[in-house]
Amino acid sequence: MVKLTGREEAMLAGEEGAAVRKAMELLIRYADALGAEDFVETNNVAGVPGSAPPWIKQYYAADGGDYRAVFSRFDLDADEVVDIPRMNAFSCHLQGGMDPMLWREQGMSEAAFDNFRSDEQQVAEHGIQLLKTCTPYLAGNVPVMGEHCAWMESSAVIFCNSVIGGRTNCEGRESTSAAMLARRIPNWGFHRDEYRKGQHSVDVAVPVDDVFEWGMLGYFVGDAVQDTIPVIEGAIAAPSLIRHKHFGAAAASSGGVEMYHMVGITPEAPGVEAAFGGARRGETFRYDAAARRSIYETLNSVGQCEDVDYVMLGCPHYSIEQIAHAAGLIEGRKVHSNSALWIFTSRSVKALADANGHTETLRKAGALLMTDTCSAISQAVPKGTRVAALDSAKQVHYLPAMMGIEGWYGTTADCIDAACSGKWRGRLA
Amino acid sequence: MSGAAMARVRGQTPDYIIHGRCVVPGCVEGEALVTHDTISGWGGVSPMTGTIIESRHELNGVSFAGKVLVFPGAKGSSGWSSIFHMTRLAGTAPLALLFNVMTTKAALGAVVLRVPTLTDFDRDPLEVIRSGDLLRIDATQGYVEGWRTIR
Repeated sequence: MVKLTGREEAMLAGEEGAAVRKAMELLIRYADALGAEDFVETNNVAGVPGSAPPWIKQYYAADGGDYRAVFSRFDLDADEVVDIPRMNAFSCHLQGGMDPMLWREQGMSEAAFDNFRSDEQQVAEHGIQLLKTCTPYLAGNVPVMGEHCAWMESSAVIFCNSVIGGRTNCEGRESTSAAMLARRIPNWGFHRDEYRKGQHSVDVAVPVDDVFEWGMLGYFVGDAVQDTIPVIEGAIAAPSLIRHKHFGAAAASSGGVEMYHMVGITPEAPGVEAAFGGARRGETFRYDAAARRSIYETLNSVGQCEDVDYVMLGCPHYSIEQIAHAAGLIEGRKVHSNSALWIFTSRSVKALADANGHTETLRKAGALLMTDTCSAISQAVPKGTRVAALDSAKQVHYLPAMMGIEGWYGTTADCIDAACSGKWRGRLA
Repeated sequence: MSGAAMARVRGQTPDYIIHGRCVVPGCVEGEALVTHDTISGWGGVSPMTGTIIESRHELNGVSFAGKVLVFPGAKGSSGWSSIFHMTRLAGTAPLALLFNVMTTKAALGAVVLRVPTLTDFDRDPLEVIRSGDLLRIDATQGYVEGWRTIR
């Protein structure tokens, strides 16, 4: 059984209200399921609290069918409905279901939008910040080294652990909603030093020096090490935020990697010994020219037809640097009449893109800059889409399978060219 | 799961007993559904039918509703628990879970499913249990008794 502090006993006894009590009850069941000995305190929680499609609200119709009912019964998995106060931890809402302005273009109904808007109002009234993104670290929530967080979203979790040195497991909706109230999360997994050490080696033998290459390497690494922690060495060059973002999202999709070490690059891997917490162990996987070609072919195995009718960028959500790059590539050109270009980002980055004129540049070219969601999360693609082009290994992993369409993986420039010509011309150099 | 089949074996000595650690307590009897592939929640399971929808999964198109799901562990999106939580609402939940690799996804999913769940076994259930076997699970005491239906 998980050990409780005096304060946690008091929360369980209801001294901080019924909702905090229900949150502690769920967190205790969860900690015991994991086999955790105690809790850590957290003041950095990111999840999808309380939002629900109409059928879930309908399920709780007898309890009122509202935000309070869904938060009590689903998020806190409680048998009764309690009043939900403002959250106690710094709490952020990750990606949501649609763009707040361009939802019609995304094919959403008026009723779905009304549901979205009422949920969002409730989220804000409960003191949860509307980051509305899979990249909280680009929208106002950047943890520090060693900070205990409780985050959902596999691509954000791997970024937090690996690039920042923050500490979070891949949490779920119910655990994050409870942590927002109780400011606790089980002290298990990535919260503990011994869990954060490398288990296998990856030897990079070909230059990996741009976002396209980092994405492919990430996909290779996840496929090789599955859900363990890789220690990556070799010809990795020019690390940057967006390269880590695409690498991590890919590794979390093909395998389920929640933390990686890059020797001399990531903060908990100043050297090989530090990364492994001692002697090297596990297997060694080699990323060479043949492996690189094989990954490229795997990522393009769901592409047959070269007539591209949809280009989606922004998985994970684009940074301002990437939006500026895309706007620069398309300036003075037009999206082809047989194609469409949608780019996804967070609301805060979109505000910056508006101020810089990038949104207008994209609009003039016939492209749309959207927020909150992506095509996979919302299962929203332009009507009639059969073939998509993507610059994200993660999105190629998910979108074609979910939507029953074809997909191509290439560089951002390959994708912009496809949007403007309607033809896929991507090749592996 | 047919109560008749369970009643038939109830007096007989089980063909195997596996011990494990309790994840979620409770007792249940039912039929095993075994997969050697890890399971994705979001994007891998349709909660309305309890069906595995991941392409290339060995259980693609198969529903786990009302079965004891025996699997290596959870993978994929952090939406794992909420998808399995929805199967409870939709009436398509598995009867119990037996898995080898503990992760936050699998632990939280089991908790909100509220079904008897075990892990950390003395024998690998994927080696011992076959789909169709009849199982009696006492997660509170930490063991599984199994009877082969096909010999």
